[in-house]
This record gives sequence, structure tokens and C-alpha cells, in this order.
Amino acid sequence: MNKPLRRISLFCGLLVLALLIRTNWLQYVQAEDLSTRKENRRVQIAQYATQRGNIIVAGGQAITGSAATDGSDYKYKRVYNEGALWAPVTGYASQAFGSTQLESLEDKILTGNDDRLFFDRTIGMFTGEKKAGGNVVTTLMPDAQKAAYEKLGDKTGAVAAIDPRTGAILALVSTPSYDPSLFAGNSKTDEKNWVELKDSPEKKLVNRALRETYPPGSTFKVVTAAAALEHGVVTDINAPTDTPEPFFLPTTKTPMVNHAKGCEKATLNFALQVSCNSVFANVADKVTKDKMLETAQKFGFNNDKIDTPVRAFASVYDKNMDRPGNSLSAIGQFNTAATPLQMAMVAAAVANDGKLMKPYMVDQLTAPNLDVIEKHEPQEMSRPLSPANAQKLQQMMVNVVENENGTGGKAKIKDVTVGGKTGTAQHGEKNAKRPYAWFIAYAKTDKGSPVAVAVVIEDSDADREDISGGGLAAPVAKAVMEAVLKNQNKG
Amino acid sequence: MSVVTNTTTIGAIELPSRRNTELLLLAFAVVIPIFAYANVGLSIHGKLPPGMIAYGGGLAVLAGIAHLVVRRYAKYADPLLLPIGTLLNGLGCVLIWRLDQSERLQNLAKRQFGQFSESAPRQMMYTALAIALFAAVLLLLKDHRTLQRFTYISMAASLVLLILPVIPGLGADVFGAKIWISVAGFSIQPGEFAKIVIAIFFAGYLMVKRDALALASRRFMGLYLPRGRDLGPILMIWAMSLLVLVFENDLGTSLLFFGMFVIMLYVATERTSWIVIGLVMSVAGAAVVGATASHVKARVTAWLDPFACYTKSGACEQVGQSIMSFGSGGVLGTGWGQGNSDLIGFAANSDFIFSTVGEELGLAGVMAFLLLYGLIIERGVRTALAARDPFGKLFAIGLSGAFALQIFVVAGGVMGLIPLTGMTMPFLASGGSSVLANWALIGILIRISDTARRPAPAPAPSPDSEMTQVVRPS
Repeated sequence: MNKPLRRISLFCGLLVLALLIRTNWLQYVQAEDLSTRKENRRVQIAQYATQRGNIIVAGGQAITGSAATDGSDYKYKRVYNEGALWAPVTGYASQAFGSTQLESLEDKILTGNDDRLFFDRTIGMFTGEKKAGGNVVTTLMPDAQKAAYEKLGDKTGAVAAIDPRTGAILALVSTPSYDPSLFAGNSKTDEKNWVELKDSPEKKLVNRALRETYPPGSTFKVVTAAAALEHGVVTDINAPTDTPEPFFLPTTKTPMVNHAKGCEKATLNFALQVSCNSVFANVADKVTKDKMLETAQKFGFNNDKIDTPVRAFASVYDKNMDRPGNSLSAIGQFNTAATPLQMAMVAAAVANDGKLMKPYMVDQLTAPNLDVIEKHEPQEMSRPLSPANAQKLQQMMVNVVENENGTGGKAKIKDVTVGGKTGTAQHGEKNAKRPYAWFIAYAKTDKGSPVAVAVVIEDSDADREDISGGGLAAPVAKAVMEAVLKNQNKG
Repeated sequence: MSVVTNTTTIGAIELPSRRNTELLLLAFAVVIPIFAYANVGLSIHGKLPPGMIAYGGGLAVLAGIAHLVVRRYAKYADPLLLPIGTLLNGLGCVLIWRLDQSERLQNLAKRQFGQFSESAPRQMMYTALAIALFAAVLLLLKDHRTLQRFTYISMAASLVLLILPVIPGLGADVFGAKIWISVAGFSIQPGEFAKIVIAIFFAGYLMVKRDALALASRRFMGLYLPRGRDLGPILMIWAMSLLVLVFENDLGTSLLFFGMFVIMLYVATERTSWIVIGLVMSVAGAAVVGATASHVKARVTAWLDPFACYTKSGACEQVGQSIMSFGSGGVLGTGWGQGNSDLIGFAANSDFIFSTVGEELGLAGVMAFLLLYGLIIERGVRTALAARDPFGKLFAIGLSGAFALQIFVVAGGVMGLIPLTGMTMPFLASGGSSVLANWALIGILIRISDTARRPAPAPAPSPDSEMTQVVRPS
């Protein structure tokens, strides 16, 4: 009977071999795939198994924290200090509903799983220290952030402020906001809060500063002016243009309506100061669509990869439109749309003498022991206009604020040079909805320009006449700039 | 011994008993689980578990008793079987204790049964009982051939054991599989014992019938086909397996019995045709039942793609959780007490205990466990080879083959290699029946291997050789 016995022995060996092959397949070949599947709750469990690292703002204050929970799945949960104020920066990290923005992008650092923290983890294994998360140090300036948030109050809107010299984001506000602490856990209350926020008609979860585009209205005239100067259509900003009154959109019989007076043959300088639509429509037509597009793109339009590292939506300057479309787009209407960050970048590029710095908000990543793992170096993104032209444009923007006829008088700051541009963007079918109020501005001292800011306020309940960038948005911009300047003097 | 008195007989050379080897291996088999136990305590509670001495001492005492019994009553037995069984059983207790510490499973038990009770102390108690049974087997079963006498009684007994779970009032339906009976508060899995009893029947029956089954056959297409009337037994076993499958919803047991029978039939008759017939019949049976029984169908769906139906079916979720457990363990595993295999929930410490091995000990640990099981099987097959009597050969190969099939079916099931069945991993899984039955199985293999390696008794010195006088005609 021994021959069949040997064969059975072989057969049993094959059974074990099959199991060995299978376990290698599962635990080696497919291990990565299986351990990170969406059904695998270990991912979240690991995320909240240790104290999560913090997101820190300029000045060293942490805007997040970790609290111990009594649940069996997750040992800790995320808590936020002044969550609603900082939500557009932090995003949220929820046990039940996932994470977004910095919480999601820097998750590996915050949980301590990043490869660059491998050494710390290994040391910890021997010293018995618990695994801890690293920190994300941002460039945000608490005073500027608070000033913007408080000034916006209960209005719906957004503010983005950057340091034109480096591209560092100083303020990023979106109202109405939400407190990410409300749904950081996985309890029934968390779920209720989450559903309420998700379905809220005010769209509280939307980060308007980065992830919402608005027609930029007259603030876009700064871009048009830059294109006119760069492409030689206007060389002297104080020379009269050949704009007739009324000005008809090219190839059409549609007149371009001006809300300001004195726009006939107005100079570019005056046209920006009082916001003449006709002059800019005329100039843009002469620049031609392709060159308008070129300049707009240098400012960052149509770029869907503006990573701060949180990715901002792409602002739009339409690539395929006819001449009247181009003229309309040049005054920030038609298909033109911009995020508040984008408009802050426009102001920043002008303020920084034509050099646009890449916007960023993460300054450093640090290990739990505060060693710096990664430091952001400011990067130049593009040069939309030459220094000479930038200075001409600065002069024009300063006029908007300082000149007694200017529309941006409310942003005036004593003893500081401020340049700005108002905007009132119409939207909705037949422009029926209440317009958006815009204001973009920068402040300049002898040390260069420390701040450029863009403010947008959605459908306000004020009268239509009052919703002008100058009236509603300029004071917000002013408050932010003052906060930054004050901070700078302190430091 | 009077070994040298007669030089005319071969086979009287005494083999080394290997008992000291066994003792040394046993020391490792006791120490390793104790370290594992300490490891779990340190990682979960940050301190050595309080029951450390009691548990370690208990395991050492049990192993010591088993060793002494073997030394006394089965001196020439295989030296590997006992240490491997002890090691697996010890690690099984640690795994069960580790899962007892899981808050998730505690909460689950409280929700389902209103209270949570620890399984590890019970498992230790069953282990003690099992070692007693092991000792009893060696003490009472002086020669495995005595079992031959019980061939037909075994058949009746195994049938009863298989039928018990379907008897109303006695059987308990646990998540669809009716393989349990509850007697006086205890849950018993009769199938585990039936495995051994039925092996006795097959061995006894085939030993008698093997010539008829092997020789009386016709050649057809290169295969020796048995006569119609000789097909009777295999048809009966096949039908019984199918009935178990249909009425008890237990794919595992039915596969195990049929597989064991085919293996033993093949060994007894040395006819490949039986393997072919067996395979054809199991495929046919599996296809018919798989297409009709909803329980089996759900298991097959879960096996094909557990994540496609993950949220819809409990069977899919179980398999999905189990293979995610394996995947999350990776090559080296998370370490004792640091995995989340308790996410599997129901039956985490019985049917799915191998997933905890996968997650916490990793690929390395799983391979080590599989090789340990492989070693038991290999020692069993070796015992069958060494056995001198056909009954012993058949019995040993039947038990080893069934053991191998069980490992394959259970581990393959939790790893998603084959559809999941309701059987448990020998020695590891929580449950008294399984531990008792498997220690009895090891006891029997040890007995057969002892008989096989025992030096042939020296022929009784013939008193006549001296006394007989040559009568010469004078």
C-alpha cells in the first residue's frame, strides 16, 4: 500500500503549498491594496489611534487639538480652536466623514506615518515613546484672519490675503463658516450635525476663498490694464483713448453701458479711477483676445493646479470667444470667473512690481520634537508685467483709493500707500440677482508691499445701489491690511 | 531484554526511543506560548498578564503529564506530534485570550447575548480535559488493532453523530450551519468526533473489502472500473455527504468525509480509478448543491468577489473582513495584540481565528503555522507508511488525510482561496469539541506510530531447542 501512500503524501503537501501561495498572495502581493481599501476601517482607526499633530498659525498658536474619546474604535478625536474662523484653512478631519484640505493633504505628517518620520518612529520603538504626529506650520496671520472674519460678520463672502513679496497666504476666510469640531467624531450627534451642514442652503462647507469662483466684475480691469500696458496698446496712462460714447461692442449694435460719467475719450488712469466700462472694452478689443488671454494666464487664470497646497479652483478667462465676448470679459463679466485667491494674486503681482509669487500656506512641516522636516521656499510663479508697467498700474490703483473721485476711498489708511480697485459683478439671468461686491487692494510701505487682499461679498441685503465694492468690501480689505501692517510693525 | 539470546531473528535491533528529543521540543512548545502571552499583556495592558504563572504553569503541567504518559505507554512513538500539538494548543489559548481583551468583541457579545464571558479560561479547561482524553487513549488503547473489532459499531456511531444536529430540540442553528448540538448547557460539535469514528469504520471495512474492490474490475478507457455492486459503499458515503451538506448546511464536514473516504479507498485498492470517480462525484454533488442551496450559494458568491456584495450580505462582509485582516498584517504583522482582526466580529475566535494570526503575526507567522500543520500531516503520513498492518496504515492515512483536508478547507476558506465552510482550525479555535477530538486524533497517531516503531518482540526462546533430543537409531 506504500505507493498510494506516497502519492497521498504528495497531495497533502500540495494542499499546504496552495495555502502557502495564497497567504503570500494576500499578505505580500495584495497587502497594500487590501490594507488601504475603503472598506477597511483600520485606516481611520490608525488615523485616530494616536494624538494627531497640530496645525499651527504664525506666532506658534495651534488651531487644532486632539481629545481622548471613550469609544472602542477611535482613541482620539479632532478638536478645533475657533473652528469656524479657521475652517477654510484646516478643512476637517472626521472619524465618520473623512477629511479634507490640510487635514487630508498633510495627513501622513499629522498622524506620524510619513516616511520622513520613520526615524522618529524607530527611536520611539526603543525608548517606548508613543507614536505622535508631526505639526503643520502655516503662514496664516491670526490678527488678519480675525479682522477679516469679524468684518465680514454675518454677510456671505470670502477674503484672501497674501504677502506679495513671498506668496505667503495671510488670511483665508469664508463666511458663513462651520465648526469642524461639530462632526469630528462618529456619534449620532456628529451625524446629525454633518447632515445639517451638508444640506445647508448657505453652503457652509464650501471654502469660498479657494473653491468658489465669482465673476470678478470691474476688479478684472486691473488685468485688462496690465494687458494694455504690456502689449503696448497704451503707453501713457494719462493720454486720452479713442473711446467713443456710447461705445458699441465690436461687431454688434449693443452699447456698453457706463455707470460713471466722463468716460468719452477718457485716459486709462481716469477710466480705472471711476471704472469706465467702455474704455476697457475698447482697449481689450485692441489688445485682442489671444493677448488678453496670455496676460490673464500669467496672472494665474485657467490654471487648475494652483496648490497652496490645498488646490484652488481654476479661475476662468474664456479661451474660445468672439470679439464682443472678449470685450465683455475684459470688464469681468461674460464667462470670466475668479476665486478670491486669484484676485488677491492679481493685486499682489502688481504690488510686487510685476512679479507674481506662488501662493502657499504651509511654511513648515515639523516632527513631533519640532525638528523641521520640510520648509517652503518662496517661488516665483510668473511675471505678468514689467516693473515699469507695474509701477504705472500701481499709480492708477493708488488713484482709485486716494483720489477724491476714486471709488475705493473707504480703503484709505493714514500714512500708508494703498492701491485698490472696486468691482460690482452682475450675475443671474438678465442680471436679476443682487450683484457681488468686490474689492482688491494692496498696501505699500518703504519695505515693499506686505499685503495684498481680495474681498468678495455675495448677495447682500443692502440696496442695489449700495452694493458696490467701494461701499461694502473696501472696509473689510482695509481692516485686513491694517491688521497685517500693525503686526509687521510689532515684529 | 533477551535481545542477544537469539541471533537468528532480524528486527530485534532497538531503535532510539526519541523521548528526550520530544521532551526538549516540548520545553520550546511551552515556553513560546508563555512569551506570546506576556507579549499580548504588554501590548494591550502595558503590563505582564496576571495569570502568567497559572497559565504557564498549567500548560507546562499538562505537557509534562502528556509526556510522561507517552514515555510510559508509547515509548517508541513519533517525537514531533505531541510538541507540535502542545505548541498549537498553547498559542491557540493565547490568541483566544487576546481576542477576549478586545473591547469591540466584548461590546458585540453584550449586545447580542446581554453579557460577555471570557473564552480563554474555558479553553484552558477543555485543553486539560483533552489532555486527559489523550492520556486515556494511550492508556486504554494498547493496540490500535483492537479498534478493528468495532468496524460496524463505528459506522452506526458515526451515522448517529452526523444525524444528531438535525434532530429537533437537540440541534442548534448557529448562523445557518446546523453542526451543533446543545446538551446540558454545553455546545458540542459531533462532526469533530465523527471524523475519528468514521475513520475506524472506513479502515476496518476497506481492509476486508480491498481485494474485492481492487481486483474485480473491468478495464475501460485505461481505467479499471469497479463492478456495479462494488460501487455501493462509495455511493452510500457520497449520498450521506450530500445529505449532511443539504440538511446541515455544512460544506466543510461533507467535503471532509467524502475526501477522507476517497483517500482511504485509493490507498486500500491502489486503483487510480477511485480518485477519478471520487472527483467526478464530488464535483457533481457540489455543483448540484451549490446551484440549489441558498446558504451554499451565498458562500460561493462571497468567495468569488467579497467586495462586490460587501455591504449587502453578511457572508461577503465576513470574508472581506477576513482577507483585509490578512492584507493588513503584511509580511511581519502588527504584533501580538496590536491588530484589528476583531473587526470580523462574529466567530472571530473560532472559525476566523486564523485571520488574527494573519494580521498580528503576518505572512511570516501564517507560514510558520501552516508549516506546523504540514509537519503534523507529514508525521501522520509517515506513521501510515511505517505501520505494519493494513488496518493501521489505513487508519493513520485516513486521520492524516482528514486533518490535511480540514486545514485546507478552513485556512483556504478564511483566506478566500475556496468558499468558506463552517469548520474550525484544529487546536487554535475556541471550542471544546475541536480540542478534544484533535487531541484524541494525536493520541491515536502516537499509538500507531509507537506500534510501528516498536522493535518486534523477540521470538520466545524455544525451550525445545535445548531439550529436544535427537533420537538416533542406535
